[in-house]
Order: sequence, then C-alpha cells, then structure tokens
Amino acid sequence: MLNQKQAVLLESPAQTNDVPPPAPAKIQEPDTKTVGRVTVDKPIMTTRNVDVYYGEKQAIIDVSIDIAYNEVLSMIGPSGCGKSTFLRCLNRMNDTIESARVTGKIELEGHDIYDKKTDVVTLRARVGMVFQKPNPFPKSVYENVAYGPRIHGLARKQAELDEIVQTSLQRAGLWEEVKDRLSEPGTGLSGGQQQRLCIARSIAVNPDIILMDEPCSALDPIATARIEELIDELRQNYSIVIVTHSMQQAARVSQRTAYFHLGDLIEVGETSTIFTNPQEKLTEDYLTGRFG
Amino acid sequence: MTMTTADKIQANLNKRYAAERRFRSYGLVSVAIGLAALLFLFLSIIGKGYTAFQQTYVKLDVQFDAAIIDPQRTRDPQTLARADYGKLIKKTMRERFPDVKNRRDKRKLYKLISPGAVYMIQDMVRNDPRLIGTTQTVWVPADDDVDMLIKGYINRDEPESARRLKDKEIAWIDSLAATSSLEKRFNKTFFTAGDSREPELAGIWGAVVGSFYTLVVTLVLSFPIGVATAVYLEEFAPTNRWTDLIEVNINNLAAVPSIVFGLLGLSVFLNFMALPRSAPLVGGLVLSLMTLPTVIIASRASLQSVPPSIREGALGMGASQMQMVAHHVLPLAMPGMLTGTIIGMARALGESAPLLMIGMVAFIVNVPEGPLDPSTVLPVQIYLWADTPERAFVERTSAATLVLLAFLVVMNGAAVWLRKRFEQRW
Ligand SMILES: Nc1ncnc2c1ncn2[C@@H]1O[C@H](COP(=O)(O)OP(=O)(O)O)[C@@H](O)[C@H]1O
Ligand SMILES: [Mg+2]
Repeated sequence: MLNQKQAVLLESPAQTNDVPPPAPAKIQEPDTKTVGRVTVDKPIMTTRNVDVYYGEKQAIIDVSIDIAYNEVLSMIGPSGCGKSTFLRCLNRMNDTIESARVTGKIELEGHDIYDKKTDVVTLRARVGMVFQKPNPFPKSVYENVAYGPRIHGLARKQAELDEIVQTSLQRAGLWEEVKDRLSEPGTGLSGGQQQRLCIARSIAVNPDIILMDEPCSALDPIATARIEELIDELRQNYSIVIVTHSMQQAARVSQRTAYFHLGDLIEVGETSTIFTNPQEKLTEDYLTGRFG
Repeated sequence: MTMTTADKIQANLNKRYAAERRFRSYGLVSVAIGLAALLFLFLSIIGKGYTAFQQTYVKLDVQFDAAIIDPQRTRDPQTLARADYGKLIKKTMRERFPDVKNRRDKRKLYKLISPGAVYMIQDMVRNDPRLIGTTQTVWVPADDDVDMLIKGYINRDEPESARRLKDKEIAWIDSLAATSSLEKRFNKTFFTAGDSREPELAGIWGAVVGSFYTLVVTLVLSFPIGVATAVYLEEFAPTNRWTDLIEVNINNLAAVPSIVFGLLGLSVFLNFMALPRSAPLVGGLVLSLMTLPTVIIASRASLQSVPPSIREGALGMGASQMQMVAHHVLPLAMPGMLTGTIIGMARALGESAPLLMIGMVAFIVNVPEGPLDPSTVLPVQIYLWADTPERAFVERTSAATLVLLAFLVVMNGAAVWLRKRFEQRW
C-alpha cells in the first residue's frame, strides 16, 4: 500500500530528493543519555539540550535530536511523556502558553529559532503544523487553503492564488473530492477530509517541515490509511515530524523513531531497528505493550 | 421473610419516581406562577393603556370670519399668524349652544374643546388663506375631560360635587354626542407630538427621539470601547495582578446601582465638563458607563467560547496575534458580542434613574433635533406622566409603557435571533 504511489509532485527548489549517502564524516555527537544515534548527516533542524518547563514543572529533560531532509521522524511514548510539548517547541507554538519556558538550542538550517531576531511568523510559515483534532477554519474550503498564502503575500494575482490552492489540494490528495465544492465550508467535510484540508492548508505556504501531532487519532481506519499514504508522498518534498500513539503507524510511515518517556528522550534509531531490536529496556517494555 | 435485591430496588424505585414526579410538579408550578405574573402585568397594562390609542374629537362648523381673522384684508402672513382664532371657536360654540348666556357657563362651554384646536385652525388658515370667509366642518380634539367621559372613566352616578364634569357640561356633551358631533378617532397626536400639559395634546414622539439619540450615543461609545477592551484583556494582556484587578473591577462595575452612574455624570459631565443639561449626549455618556461592563463581560465570554483549536490553527499558519484575532476570533465572537450589546442597550433603554440626575426629567415640549437639544427619554416620560393628576394621563402612562415594552421585546427578539442564527457548533 505504501511507497507505491508516485504522484506527480511539483519540485520545490528548497528541497532535494537526494537521500544523502551514508556519511563517513565526523559529526559532533551531543552529550546525551539517549541511546542510539540522535544526529543525522545532513540535518534540516537540530535540537540540542532542550528543556521545557511549565512553571516549576519540567516536561522535557535535556533532549537533543536532529531532523533530516525528506524524512519522516516519528515520536512515540506513553501519554503525558512530552511528545506534544517537544513538537510544539519546533515551531515555537509553546510561546502561546504563558507558563511555558524553553531552554537549549533549536536551529533551522543553522539559524537559532529562539533567537531574538527570528520572526515567529516566518518560522511558522517554514515549519507548518497539523493538529490532533482537524481544525479547519469555519470558512470555505478555498479560503482555508488560501489563508496562508494570503497573509504571507505569496500570490500577487488571483490566478496565482487559485493555482496555489489547486496544487496544495492536489498534493494533499483532496482535489478530486472537493474541486466542485470549493466555496462550501471546510467544516462540512468528513473528518478525514478535514484533516487533509488542514494538511493542504499548511503545505500551501510551502513549508520546509510539517509537524503533525497525532493527526489520525480522531479518524477512522480508512481515513487514517489515506493520511498515512499522503504522509509518505509528502516526504518527497518535506520533512515530517509525526507524534503518534500507534506503534503500527510509526512503523508504517516513518524512517526514524524517537521514544520518549517522562520527558526524557530514551532511544532514537532507524524505525526498523527500534521495532525489531530496541536497545533500551523501557523502549522494549513500551513496544511490547507492558505499559502505555 | 427476606427481601431479594430486586425487591429492594423496586421499593427504592417507587420512592425515586415519586421524588421525580414531585420535583417536576414544583417546576411546573413555578413556571405557571411566572407566566401568570407576566400575563397579569401585560393584561393590566394593555387593559389600562389601549384606550389611549383613541381620542375623542368634536365636529365644529367653523365660520372663518374675515372680520376676526383679517379685518384689513391684507392676507399678510404676520397678521394671519397673530389673529385670534380662539374667537372663531368660541363663536362656533356659542352658536351651537345659544341658550348658554351666563359668563361662567360660557367659559365652561369653551373648555370642552382642547386648546390645541386653536392651533389646528391657525394651521389650516396659514396653509390655505382662501378658507377665509367660508364655513368648514372641522374635527378638533375634545378636552381630556370630555374624552374621559366618552371613554366611561367618569362616573355619572357620583354626586355632582365629586365629579370633574358638572351636570350642565354632561348635558352639553350628550347633546353633541346625540347629533353625532363626537367621535373617537385614532390618536395620531400620541405618536407624533412631544409632551404637553394637556393630555389630549401630549405624545411620546419627543421621548422616543430622545431615547433614540441617547441610545445612539451609548452604542457608538460602549460597543467599540467594550469590544476593544474585551479583545485586549482576553487576547493580548498578560495575566498578572493588574489585569486581575481590572477584571475584578469590571465585574464590580456591572453590579453598581445605576443611579451612582447618574451622580458620576452629574459631577463629571455637567459640573466639571460643563456639558449641556438634559441633553441626550450626556445621557448617552452616562448610560455608556453603565453599559460598558455588560458589553465587556459579554464580549469576553464570547471570545472565550471561540475554541482554542481555531486560534492554534491560525497561529500555526504563521498568522500574527493581531491577524488571528481579526481574521478568525472576532468574526466568530461577533454574534455573541452583538447579542450582549443589544441586551445592554435594552437595559439602557429602560433606565431612568441615572438620567434623572442629569436633568433629563425636565418638562420638554419640543421634539429634540439633535443629541445636544434638551429632551427626555421614554422611561422618564412614563415616570413624568405617572406623576400627573389628570385621569387622561393614566391611560397614556400605560400606553407609553406598552410602546417601551414593544421596543424591548423587539430588541430582545433581535438578540435571540442573532444567537440562533449564528450559533456555532464545534
Ligand atoms: N499547557 C500546559 N501547562 C502545564 N502543563 C502542561 C501543559 N501542557 C502539557 N503539560 C504537561 O506536560 C507534560 C507533557 O504533556 P504533553 O506534551 O501533552 O504529552 P504527550 O503529548 O506526550 O501526551 C504532561 O505532564 C502535561 O500534564
Ligand atoms: Mg499529545
């Protein structure tokens, strides 16, 4: 089912399809307790020694991990272990929570995203986000997708905007289903369609990374399969970080997997290795369903 | 004998059902009491007030005597305006009742016609001077005592000394009625005139216009300020001691008795800022102070009901805080804000106490032409009329109350409609 659909995807200049060759180069491994290799050879985003506090309470403890170009990185772990919290650091959505405090270093292509000079608007245009519960705006399908390009001034003419909307909906695999009802409210679509609309909405601004926080947890199995397929297609153009509570899903869609436990990043590795041969006892216990 | 579990449950069940039935009947009884009170209120107001929508008119065959109106035949508008039209009416009445000789009786006879008849005749002549020299049939308003007798509010069986109309007057009135010279007609004056000392000439239009200007000022001030405050507090302000303090104070302000705002208006707007007394502008300022907390609280509740997922969606797309609010949150919160504002406005419309403090209680005959003209408002007009001794003002008080209630019902209906129409389900 996966890896078969080779949709015609528009080339995005910022990204390449080349998967970097296994690197012999020496990469400075960060000082962490995490088992497995947290770095990649050609990262688009790096996080180093990230701590997150909600008031006095520490929710993320010293996490370092890289995100590669054109990969799907999945984050798994028991609920409340900080997956969402960590994900929300990557596009500074935690800024909206007053009590949240983030320390450490997170860089997007070498630029510190928590630097004073970084504009959070630009950052979020480059690092898009899809939420657990589909949250299309209560506007038309068209307006949902056109919203990002509009506020970022990506289209000068109506025709350009139309084109962006169509391309984004096509990439999200939704075009055929909604092309005749672009002016109907996005909230009237089915749950799975709504979630794909949200994906279309975030790829309309052509981001580098898409963050997905349990994007399928509110969907039925068929809609879930559809989104998983889509994620695999999107990997051609984007890096994707997906939080999931379903280990099968992580196994199906991701190349690398990170296992979180009580705010610690316990283990990182190739998805196949993690699932077949976890190094850590905690990871193994979780994967074999001893808790979760 | 031992009871099985099922028996125990059964015994218990009966008790539970009985309790439920009792509770339901309590609810029904309270609803019935509430409805009955409302029905009684409406019936009594309508019962007392509906007669005010009609007014008794007298048919007079007025002879537009040139010798009285314009002896020099100049047709000069100045002369026409100053002529003694009262004489025409008196003459007509004397001719209608030639038996009345005594001066005291004549004066009583003239008083059967409203003083407003003079202005009617005057207007007729000024609009059409060709009437001079002719005789016209004119329906003029009767005096309020005549009106009351015709409407049956004056008891003929009472001893003459206790009656407002003496036997003679009643005889004249009966004579007019017998020749179908008396008729009850739709009381247009009530809806088009300002206040008057004569009940048959008094209307609510002055108060309606005054209320309108007052509410416009209130709306123009309290809606934008209230919404801006709510948006700032809800979306932008950090939560700290200061915003907590502001919040507590807004909630307290909403509970402050309205007359206190009147006192504030008196000392700040009239004494300190020297704004005109009795003006809708000042009334609107005072009512804005009173309405603001309501608008702010309703707007904040409405903003809070916009789900966080919409905010996150917008922020996640790279919208700035301002864009998120303007593009997504405000449009969704707007119906709730409008509902709250309309309810605040309805409260302001019914408010009289604070306006008494700033002089909107004066007796004002002219219909105001702007928010700076002295005027009164509907509830104050009701209060003023309720305070007058004439019997004819009793029905006008109820009729004005009916008009006020109609406005309130329309406004609350609009609020309910808005809420239903734009209700969002998530
Ligand atoms: N807004 C918040 N304020 C305070 N604590 C929070 C907040 N959000 C999450 N937490 C806490 O942080 C921890 C991690 O939460 P979260 O990142 O949502 O976990 P996950 O997504 O893995 O289920 C939990 O203990 C949770 O209670
Ligand atoms: Mg979560």
